[in-house]
Amino acid sequence: MTTPSLGTSLLPLLAVEEPSSLIAARWQMAISLGWHIVLACFGVAFPMLIWVVHRRGIRDEDDVALGLAKRWSKVAAVLFAVGAVSGTILSFEMGLLWPELMRTYGDVIGLSFALEGIAFFIEAIFIGVYLYGWGRLAPRLHLAMLVPIAVSGVVGTFCILSVNAWMNTPAGFRVVDGKITDVDPWAAMFNAGVWAQFAHMWVATVMVVGFCTASVYAVGLRRGRNDRHHRLGFHVGFAFAAAAALVQPLTGHLAGARLADAQPTKLAALELAPHTEQPAPLVIGGVLVDGERRFAIEIPRLGSIIARGSVDRPVRGLDEFAEQDRPDDALVSMVHLTFQAMVAIGLSLAGLGAVFWWRTRRGHDLLRSRAFLWLAVVAGPASVVALELGWMTTELGRQPWVVYWLMRVEDAVTRGTGVWVTLSAVVVGYGVMTVMATLTLLSMARRWRDGASLDLPTPYSPVTRPPAPDRRTP
Amino acid sequence: MSLADVVAAILFTGVVAYAVFAGADFGSGVWDLTAGDAEEGAATRSLIDRAIGPVWEANHVWLVFVLVYLWTGFPGGFASIMETLFVPFSLAGAGIVLRGSAFAFRKMAPTLALARFHGVLFAASSVVTPFVFGTIAGAVAAGRVPADRVGDRWTSWTGPTSMVGGVLAVLTCAFLASVFLTAEADRGADAVLTEWFRRRALAAGIVTGVVALAGVAPLRHDAPTLFNELTGRAFPVIVLSAVAGTATLLALWQRRVAVARVTAAMAVSAVVIGWGVAQWPWLLVDELEIDAAAGTTSTLWALVIVFGLAGVTVVPALAYLYWITQHDAA
Repeated sequence: MTTPSLGTSLLPLLAVEEPSSLIAARWQMAISLGWHIVLACFGVAFPMLIWVVHRRGIRDEDDVALGLAKRWSKVAAVLFAVGAVSGTILSFEMGLLWPELMRTYGDVIGLSFALEGIAFFIEAIFIGVYLYGWGRLAPRLHLAMLVPIAVSGVVGTFCILSVNAWMNTPAGFRVVDGKITDVDPWAAMFNAGVWAQFAHMWVATVMVVGFCTASVYAVGLRRGRNDRHHRLGFHVGFAFAAAAALVQPLTGHLAGARLADAQPTKLAALELAPHTEQPAPLVIGGVLVDGERRFAIEIPRLGSIIARGSVDRPVRGLDEFAEQDRPDDALVSMVHLTFQAMVAIGLSLAGLGAVFWWRTRRGHDLLRSRAFLWLAVVAGPASVVALELGWMTTELGRQPWVVYWLMRVEDAVTRGTGVWVTLSAVVVGYGVMTVMATLTLLSMARRWRDGASLDLPTPYSPVTRPPAPDRRTP
Repeated sequence: MSLADVVAAILFTGVVAYAVFAGADFGSGVWDLTAGDAEEGAATRSLIDRAIGPVWEANHVWLVFVLVYLWTGFPGGFASIMETLFVPFSLAGAGIVLRGSAFAFRKMAPTLALARFHGVLFAASSVVTPFVFGTIAGAVAAGRVPADRVGDRWTSWTGPTSMVGGVLAVLTCAFLASVFLTAEADRGADAVLTEWFRRRALAAGIVTGVVALAGVAPLRHDAPTLFNELTGRAFPVIVLSAVAGTATLLALWQRRVAVARVTAAMAVSAVVIGWGVAQWPWLLVDELEIDAAAGTTSTLWALVIVFGLAGVTVVPALAYLYWITQHDAA
């Protein structure tokens, strides 16, 4: 770096601002990613659910199913639009917040992003075609338009998760004398961690969308709307979610089993292991205080069995790594607790899914059980919470690294100031958008319930306008 | 022409596509903003909604394409641009989020008051966002983005070239949108609306042309490198733009809207391409050349392959989207 010529008087100021910029940048990234990921789930998994009801609608001439498909596609239109723009913000932030990461590694990992761009294109184009196609395209052709949306959603998930997996397990280049050489973008994309992380996240999208959809109809069922519309909406959502929830512990285990070799400091944090233990216990709850484990329940040997697949292999403790190379006590406690909360919610949701199928197969109508419906209502938000906890676990658990063992977050962050301002804007903006999206979706549901036409015409003009029919039928 | 030049050309293709297609969507917001109160503007706003509703998300993806190609092909240049131009990019980000979500929310608004609220957000951010993108282009073109340090965060994008870029971006968006919407109203056999947009297209075309020509003058001192090539190597492209712009005005005058649509797109493309031709071989004018900024060769090849993939997947899909939205009763 050459000496700045814009006035050396600014330099001390920049130096003072640097640590606070880092905190602000991490918060801004966390909020925008945490917000977008929920919508991204709908972009990936919702087309599959819509496909099921749409197909049933045209194959069986089932008007209830077709009505669901039409409503869901209207909801998807709103969610996809907000998802598309909030996703774009993330690509801005890669440069605005982490320019040094991109300067150093942009051409190593960019291929995944470029392919994701293509997937995003296909998704956006066919969403446009599908939404426009109602009443215009031949039914079977129209239904088929959902296929490229769903496929590109899955491909996009793979690409984005490949970048995240690369940050955890960097590959596809060599560092010689501090310089990046021998870049192989394909090897970077297909790094060792990608498949397990992709599987875990893809299944998570199905859980979130399935449980959230079922949750909406469970609310209606609890209010006594036990009609075919609500039952079908519930069943389609819950069927996907329950299947995904039962698979998810397996994909999660595959991702976790890699940690002992790939990211030992993250494993130590997940397992709340300040010291190496052989065999390691399973530590439930607890925090680190002054480098020691407190308030935890320990089950002997189980930690080794789960994390290492063996009764006596060790879990390496944090003390095997220099203090500046691993998360500090507070962060370790947080990673441990977010991880275990995610697992607890995930296992509960899997249990709920299992109970549902078991009882239904034995001829019980669980949709008449108020207790079950209450659990189903809670399952939607719970799945979103688990999703967020999972991302907190993997991101906080990698600290202080942005590229594991190669680049620290403090070396990746912008050298400039002003991040606190943009962070504030993000907090306010996303807060308002959350309110607006919620109000919009609730009002759509209310109007449909009150018998409004599916199209929900926009009230561009005052209702008193002479030639226009009354568009705001209450 | 080096491999880096090829990737830069691909990247710039994305810039042109974004300027033309997303530009028309942004420009629709300009007319939405000026369509009058809820009563008199209802028809205009409904038309805008119908016209850009199915396509704006796909058009928006060109921006993501450009960003991704920039940071993958030219990582250092991308980092420098984002660090120095932190403020305008943050503003553009805010504008993009507000525009997209407000547009989606307005369509589903339950009451006129909410529709109006979202409409104002959508329309206002449709003006601010292209302006900011124009200032960003101006900052790069005037050599105000240093390659190896953080440039001034305010003066870098508020100079004369940036102002020309910002104003020209808003005007070209409005011009494109008015021409496209004239055609859209014509297709819907709405004579009143067709005339409303046709008159605005004529006015916008004249103003845009005058500003584009007059806007070259301040570049002489503010962006000499760009100015020299605009009046040199890129001059034929600029002439082409002027010809296409004039042809658009003539076609509009004669009510040949289908022709006007093509020539308007050509005129705007030529302005943007002229900038690109004049700026070559610089990625950041006077600071960083394309070859010096390029990432590793294996990655550049991968980007070429991905572009080929886009050619066989995205392009036909986009063509299909445009085709069905244009060949169906509105």
